[in-house]
Amino acid sequence: MTDMPVLSVRNLTTSFRADGGWKSVVRNVSFDVAAGETVAIVGESGSGKSVTSLSIMRLLAEGSSRIEGDIRLNGRNLLALSEKEMRGVRGNEVAMIFQEPMTSLNPIFTIGRQISEVLTRHKGMSQSEARAETIRMLERVRIPNAASRFDEYPHQFSGGMRQRVMIAMALASRPKLLIADEPTTALDVTIQGQILELIKSLQEEENMAVLFITHDMGVVAEIADRTVVMFRGDAVEAGLTEEIFHRGAHPYTRALLSAVPKLGSMAGEENPLRFPVVDTATGITVQPAASEHSVVQHSPILEVRNLVTRFPIRSGLFNRQTGSVHAVENVSFDLRQGETLSLVGESGCGKSTTGRSIMRLIEPTSGEIQLDGFNVRTLGTLELQRMRKSIQMIFQDPFSSLNPRMTVGQAIAEPFLKHKMGTVRQARDKTADLLEKVGLSAAVMNRYPHEFSGGQRQRIAIARALSLDPKVIVADESVSALDVSIKAQVCNLLLDLQESLDLAFLFISHDMAVVERVSHRVAVMYLGEIVEIGPRAAVFENPQHPYTKKLMAAVPVPDPARRGLRRGISNDELKSPVRPLDYRPPERQYREVSAGHLVQVA
Amino acid sequence: MPVFIGKRLLVAIPTLLIISIFVFSLQKLLPGDPVLAMAGEERDPAVLEMLREKYRLNDPIPIQYVNWLGGVLKGDLGISLRTNQPVLELIGEKLPVTIQLAIMSMIFAFVIGVPMGILAAVKKNTVLDYVASIVALSGLSVPNFWLGIMLILLVSVNLGWLPASGYESIFVDPVRSLQTMIMPSFVLGTALAATLMRHTRSAMLSVLSADYIRTARAKGLSPREVILSHSFRNALLPVVTLSALLFGELLAGAVLTEQIFTIPGFGKLIVDAVFNRDYAVVQGVVMCTAVGFILMNLIADILYVLLNPRLRASL
Repeated sequence: MTDMPVLSVRNLTTSFRADGGWKSVVRNVSFDVAAGETVAIVGESGSGKSVTSLSIMRLLAEGSSRIEGDIRLNGRNLLALSEKEMRGVRGNEVAMIFQEPMTSLNPIFTIGRQISEVLTRHKGMSQSEARAETIRMLERVRIPNAASRFDEYPHQFSGGMRQRVMIAMALASRPKLLIADEPTTALDVTIQGQILELIKSLQEEENMAVLFITHDMGVVAEIADRTVVMFRGDAVEAGLTEEIFHRGAHPYTRALLSAVPKLGSMAGEENPLRFPVVDTATGITVQPAASEHSVVQHSPILEVRNLVTRFPIRSGLFNRQTGSVHAVENVSFDLRQGETLSLVGESGCGKSTTGRSIMRLIEPTSGEIQLDGFNVRTLGTLELQRMRKSIQMIFQDPFSSLNPRMTVGQAIAEPFLKHKMGTVRQARDKTADLLEKVGLSAAVMNRYPHEFSGGQRQRIAIARALSLDPKVIVADESVSALDVSIKAQVCNLLLDLQESLDLAFLFISHDMAVVERVSHRVAVMYLGEIVEIGPRAAVFENPQHPYTKKLMAAVPVPDPARRGLRRGISNDELKSPVRPLDYRPPERQYREVSAGHLVQVA
Repeated sequence: MPVFIGKRLLVAIPTLLIISIFVFSLQKLLPGDPVLAMAGEERDPAVLEMLREKYRLNDPIPIQYVNWLGGVLKGDLGISLRTNQPVLELIGEKLPVTIQLAIMSMIFAFVIGVPMGILAAVKKNTVLDYVASIVALSGLSVPNFWLGIMLILLVSVNLGWLPASGYESIFVDPVRSLQTMIMPSFVLGTALAATLMRHTRSAMLSVLSADYIRTARAKGLSPREVILSHSFRNALLPVVTLSALLFGELLAGAVLTEQIFTIPGFGKLIVDAVFNRDYAVVQGVVMCTAVGFILMNLIADILYVLLNPRLRASL
């Protein structure tokens, strides 16, 4: 580390124009980033962490935002530069990568052009020089066959590969500072591990300063030398990452850390465990009561046998079928009343399709589904509607799963009324009761979804799912889009509801740490198949299948002692379950490891 | 790509058949008798009957349709009852006029509408945006015929710069041809420019807020590069589709504008034919317009695919 930091931010205050006045969203934030150092800004949505990074780049809309304070890059005050001078800084001395690799690249230009643009713009290279340098960069971010992929378009790359392209673009001009704004949040966990590894090793090679913006304490622990915790626009705490994790002084820091699900923290526990609740003002922790809930004696409410769901791929002049996506392949499991079975896996593993196939929101290709006395696959339209009273779904995105033109009360009462379960008056009482149950007040009934935060909306969606008194709830990534502290609260709510209503959850998630916390049993899915299934403790403490092991190794653990940990750079991509027409799925064998713990062996 | 085009052409066949049946039967439902219109003052039943026999108007309607369709397949669209000219020849005379008018109108529409739309989007909620919106709204609300007459009064009558009316083929006297066509195509173009401007503006606005535009700015590109190269080419996609549809509409002829500037295009042809119950001509012109429309749609789709690498790959 040199004496002068690469980036020095003093008393940064950023305000936006609102209702005729200025409203500050970042207040008096100060921090330094030295060469070769990684500083993380961590916080939940609305904490101002992204606005801080956009302020440094001066990328906020000029008329409607105001940046005050002092931002120095190698001693030069960025806020004093003209817009033209600032353009010489952006992408040259300071580069940035963003959260959404799927949308952050221009879809109509080749990736080669988009990277070499930086070089022709800032380094005055000719087209051919830029091309050669771009290919070198693509190789450095470990994109296989870099030279031949120069002329390909973004849609021809997977999410992880696109993020590599973004990194290549950001590092092409050898910037002194890299700002990474949630660069791995949208990626699958094994891909996240690869990208973090890549950033670390490139940082070492270039002795670059990295400002890493994230909400994920696990990622912070793994990558950051120092950490700034932001809360509603203020930097509430800053210091060495280890200090923050072990001796965090601010109540919010402690609340945030206690809400983080930690893989491996459930060793020795038998039942799902609620998250501890910390008051963000006082910092007082309330340890959760251990659950007494036992499900062993129940009989299965849902039985799935040899479920197969395939989607045809058509092409050519007459749309002949040329292949299929084997989304779900020979999946079998039971779910008991009061039990949570989690389906975990990465994008495209078929976990969501399984959930939808069981409800027949997607028509399965074959297999048998017994749900609460219904033989689901043979039901006609009317019976299917009746069946759906027994099984309800909670979706991932609370912002788009509620109709913006329906009041919260209407949304919750609608299923109840449509199924003629009672009068309008009864529906009202039921709605009020459900709102109380999910931790909201009955008085919010007449308000519209946009008046609520993401966590509150997810509570409303849960209340809606409960209005038919279902026995099974399919929770499809239901807590994935929520902030850590909200996620903990909603998970606790689901556990409360399970206990009081004896609900069975099919909990679909990619988040291993949350799954470990809330599940009784776990099924790991890969390429449409269950590769390992068993009691939570057995699967997590004694994983057998190589894929399960790989998945668990990739999960970042919020423990700064693991900071030196290197996974070794790999660039495996997620495989695709697209198969030719004549593909015959192999016969699978399972081995019983312990009681109820099965692993695929061939 | 050939598979894609082949697919679209296959779909076009039933479309054209349905249009032809539709137009054919609708005409027969219209009151009025083409033979009476043709015979003029002649009221001798024998003559009328002879005419009916000659043009096979006594056959059942399905037979008439099949006869007509058989002719079409051999490249014969029938003969105008009024002028005795083959319909194909009539269309051949008028089509170039209409195409020239349509192309020139689209040029006006593009030159005015697209830059205005880009400017309005980039300078959103500023005076420039409001002015562009007002101009566009005026362009949409001012009736074509009024604007046409006012232009003739100003430019031709008072200033004497351009001929007030008439038509000259572009192959015979290009200068004169352009002179006569400027005003009518400007009149048609301004109305389309307003529509194009609104669409360009909203397409640009959605592109400008896209993540990849933020990426482009974070790279340090100039506003010019960000707007023209990274944004506009993406915003062009919906605009191209719209333009092709607008062009297709222009091919159907612009009745009022052609009347005011006395241009012998499709608009005038079809109005005359409808009034005279000149079935063969109506049928021929409608089919020709339909083919034009389908072709324009196909071209729009092809352009769309060429502009969008994602679709290009799926072909």
